[in-house]
Amino acid sequence: MPSSVMPMSIKHDGHPSPAAVSAVGLRKSYGDKTVLDGVDLRIPAGSVFALLGPNGAGKTTAVKILSTLITADGGQVQVAGHDLAVAPQAVRAAIGVTGQFSAVDGLITGEENMLLMADLHHLSKREGRRVTAELLERFDLVDAANKPASSYSGGMKRRLDLAMTLVGGPRIIFLDEPTTGLDPRSRHNMWQIIRELVADGVTVFLTTQYLEEADELADRIAVLNDGKIAAEGTADELKRLIPGGHVRLRFDDPASYQSAAVALREVTRDDEALALTIPSGGSQRELRSILDWLDACDIAADELTVHTPDLDDVFFALTGSTDVPAQPKETVR
Amino acid sequence: MSSLSLAVRDSSTMLRRNLLHARRYPSLTLNLLLTPVMLLLLFVYIFGDVMSAGIGGGGADRSDYIAYLVPGILMLTIGGTTIGSAVSVSSDMNEGIIARFRTLAIHRGSVLIGHVVGSVLQCIASVVLVGAVAVAIGFRSTDATALEWILALGLLTLVALALTWIAVGMGLSSPNAEAASNSAMPLMILPLISSAFVPVDAMPGWFQPIAEYQPFTPAIETLRGLLLGTEIGNNGWLAVVWCLGLAVLGYFWSRSLFDRDPE
Repeated sequence: MPSSVMPMSIKHDGHPSPAAVSAVGLRKSYGDKTVLDGVDLRIPAGSVFALLGPNGAGKTTAVKILSTLITADGGQVQVAGHDLAVAPQAVRAAIGVTGQFSAVDGLITGEENMLLMADLHHLSKREGRRVTAELLERFDLVDAANKPASSYSGGMKRRLDLAMTLVGGPRIIFLDEPTTGLDPRSRHNMWQIIRELVADGVTVFLTTQYLEEADELADRIAVLNDGKIAAEGTADELKRLIPGGHVRLRFDDPASYQSAAVALREVTRDDEALALTIPSGGSQRELRSILDWLDACDIAADELTVHTPDLDDVFFALTGSTDVPAQPKETVR
Repeated sequence: MSSLSLAVRDSSTMLRRNLLHARRYPSLTLNLLLTPVMLLLLFVYIFGDVMSAGIGGGGADRSDYIAYLVPGILMLTIGGTTIGSAVSVSSDMNEGIIARFRTLAIHRGSVLIGHVVGSVLQCIASVVLVGAVAVAIGFRSTDATALEWILALGLLTLVALALTWIAVGMGLSSPNAEAASNSAMPLMILPLISSAFVPVDAMPGWFQPIAEYQPFTPAIETLRGLLLGTEIGNNGWLAVVWCLGLAVLGYFWSRSLFDRDPE
């Protein structure tokens, strides 16, 4: 991981598995705007890799480059063992892509979309029908198979989209924000589908803006910010980097706020909101010790809330608060 | 698979997709047919007596004018149909599925070739339909031989191919369907200011070069010659050169637009 700002240990289990995707010094800019500024990635075959980042971080651009949709300005990329710049067709033959915006033909039916993909993967008529029937069944689209895809709900479109991606039996799948805009049930369905793909040995490269999603699915996570990899590691490794968990105490009465602030010296003060912030991982044990401490100091807060680390905290921790000017207060630790 | 058979297979898949679109949503194609049919009826039944007085030295009647008019109307039908191609290419390019096609190991040009072949077939179908209306209101060819009919059909196909490649380029360079429809308007305007409705000699002197030096006039004159036995002269090869030039220009223009990185 040469690019990581914060190096972390890699678990070695003997020999490293071959890389399904590897990129060194990936660069892309549009005019003056640098979107990717030297990104290095290495994704072992058969694993799930999540590229995590806020809107505009360059996630989609990275996927577009790796999936041969657009060309990079610089850097070396290998996908499925083929050099992206030299043999894009060989790369295309090995990958499947589900973009952020549904890549289905809305004018024709779901089944016709599937058969179109079968034809473009040069399957025989019979094989095409078999694969289509199987995937429509697997993605719960049989009832809607003969309706135009434009009439599908958001979740159905995503499922059809992914089903179309799977027609050629790709070994590497790129999913650009596969659950953005889906309701919770559809999101969990999508997660289940992705887990099944992984069980079949497919390498999955997904982008997301939800830490929870990366946590659920990914073996390794890279945090992309401002076109650079800010950190990379397993979900646990990343979470250990995040000091965002805290307990917040709010008071109605300025006098009790003042006395609490004096009694609890190791806290962050927010004088305007009359709130105190105590760093905490959020476990039951930690919470109990905080409560005991408050009781011991005879402090009675009017409101107590527990905050667990989230994507915001990852970014505050990894990128510094200069990137979030809207943040009203700075946390001192 | 060799690259040629790959190209043929993928292009025919794309053609099937486009024909499916056209079959399922025929209103665009049919709307575009209304203009040539309306113009044909308007010029024959409303303006017919006046128009026929202006051709052939004044001795012509309405049936002479139908004969004069129909070859131009058929070319105008092609121009109108290719406006539809520009619109459908433009709206297709805004569909997410095009991005998917770009990430598949298929023949790169098949998306465009599918559109072009589909559009040429639609042009021919439209020409046949408008031609049937023309025959119904009294159009008859003047002793055209089988070879001349074949050449006429070949000429119409060649014009359709040339204008379609240009229309595809216009569709690709337009950000949306409305813009594509506007930028493809010349394909309908040019036949109106060609020799389709009145002979070039009958136009004001300053305007004659505009009517003369454009693709529709030699193509229309050639079609007249083939179907009605009028003098073709050098219009034949002029029409072929125009068509080949536009087809090659449109092809390279479209390919370079399509091969750019998408937004």
